[in-house]
Amino acid sequence: MIQVNNLKKSFGEGSKRITVLEDFNAHMEKGQITSIIGGSGSGKSTVLKHLIGAYRPDSGEIWIDGEEVTQLKGETINRVRKKFGIMFQSGALFNSLTVEDNVALPMREHTNLNESTIRIMVKMKLEMVGLRGAEHLKPAQLSGGMVKRIALARAIALDPKIVFYDEPSAGLDPISIGVIDKLIIDLSKKMGITSVVVTHEIPSAMRISDKIIMLFKGQIIAEGTPEQIRESDDPRVVQFIEGSPDGPIPFSKSLTDYGEELKGMSRV
Amino acid sequence: MIYLSHVSASMVRSFFGFIGRRGYEITGVFENFFKEISGLFYLTRSTMYCTFIEPFRGKPIKWPAVWTQMEEVGVKSTTIVFLVSFLIGVILAFQSAHQLSRLGALEFVGALVGVAILRELGPLMTALVMAGRVGAAFTAEMGTMKVSDEVLALEIMALNPVKFLITPRFIALLIMLPCLTIMADLMGILGGFLIGTTTLGIDPVTYINNSLDAMVVKDVVTGLVKSAVFAVIIVMVGSYMAFIIEGGAEMVGQNTRTAVVVSMILVIIADLVFTSLFFFVT
Repeated sequence: MIQVNNLKKSFGEGSKRITVLEDFNAHMEKGQITSIIGGSGSGKSTVLKHLIGAYRPDSGEIWIDGEEVTQLKGETINRVRKKFGIMFQSGALFNSLTVEDNVALPMREHTNLNESTIRIMVKMKLEMVGLRGAEHLKPAQLSGGMVKRIALARAIALDPKIVFYDEPSAGLDPISIGVIDKLIIDLSKKMGITSVVVTHEIPSAMRISDKIIMLFKGQIIAEGTPEQIRESDDPRVVQFIEGSPDGPIPFSKSLTDYGEELKGMSRV
Repeated sequence: MIYLSHVSASMVRSFFGFIGRRGYEITGVFENFFKEISGLFYLTRSTMYCTFIEPFRGKPIKWPAVWTQMEEVGVKSTTIVFLVSFLIGVILAFQSAHQLSRLGALEFVGALVGVAILRELGPLMTALVMAGRVGAAFTAEMGTMKVSDEVLALEIMALNPVKFLITPRFIALLIMLPCLTIMADLMGILGGFLIGTTTLGIDPVTYINNSLDAMVVKDVVTGLVKSAVFAVIIVMVGSYMAFIIEGGAEMVGQNTRTAVVVSMILVIIADLVFTSLFFFVT
């Protein structure tokens, strides 16, 4: 369904050039849940931004549903974008609109359905995420978990074949994480949606994924089913899975020697 | 001798080095300036396309959003616009009274106030007030939306942020600013009239006759044309400053301030251009 080939991306110029993604390859199966995990700065959000067309890679290809999307512009990229839904990390609901208007927006803009049909469909989507009855609230009146659920309802408004989730569990309590996980699994199994989840919530990723790809500093260091990842003996993977503060991924991010720096300061 | 020439040689070198570095910095500033200008130009072009051409290509304007903006921008600004223009009329009458009475022409205060307000102060003062009130609101509102990824969400949902966010505000201000200008004109003239006939002691009938003699339809029309241009400036500067924000709340505040300052400066420059244009042409 989604195929990424040799994706490379760097930011910055000259001496400040940082390579965020080096030769990223992935295949996301249709109807399956693929999770991309990694620490902050590993490049996972960058991968997602490439998939939704917010970034153009320096080189490489991305094929979504049989179409190469990195070089598209204008109307064609809009046509591709209507095929998928995104659940943003912050929800990104439109604060000036009610919940109903938020979920109805893609339907009102991209379809010719009449108003009453749209209202019924909004109710169905809200029921799917367990928030039927919240139509007239505004995003500012919702709790964090509710915002995410409405964002999910909006992402599936047009019944897309692919849904991207950007850190769906960020900032949520364990129960809400469980709720979101259940919704992701249900959507995938019952509606055959291909899901790509970017997350660093390991228990959640282990629970829901059919395939996990782990990134570290822009490179793939592990790929496989949750069991295979758990059995991996790459020390970086083990450190990430167990959440140990120190290991091959160091605790201290300083670049200079501590003693030297202190000596330099006391001299003055 | 050798020592002196050595010192002066290095001084010369560092002097030219300084000039070179400064020159490079200034070209960098110019480059940024032109980048911003071109960004503003492209955004204006996009907005014009979305507002005036797309409706004929099957993508109609969303009128409910326009009505909301018209209320925010127009109806809710009436108090401050009326107050400012009324007081400007009063002040102008006072200030001109002294000079005119020295020439024995006190009764022409009305003419002076009327023409000045219609051609210049009505449109200009209203635009400056609106740049502060509405321009800042646009930048802050849309800037916050940019920062919370709402603008990105619109793009990714295959919706055009220009069409959705800027077009309603553009139409609203384009209609409302000339309306407010007309009302400001009336309030200014009224202010002058009240002071002229009470404190300055001019006979009301004389005042009105002299005013109407001096004011021409051309004055009103030039004032309205100016206010339309001012409206475009305020909306586009506010929107551009909002869309270039990256990061967090700090830049929202910074860009809001910059938007107000820049739109005020551009409004005055545009005023100068139009004043000289109308002076020579009409």
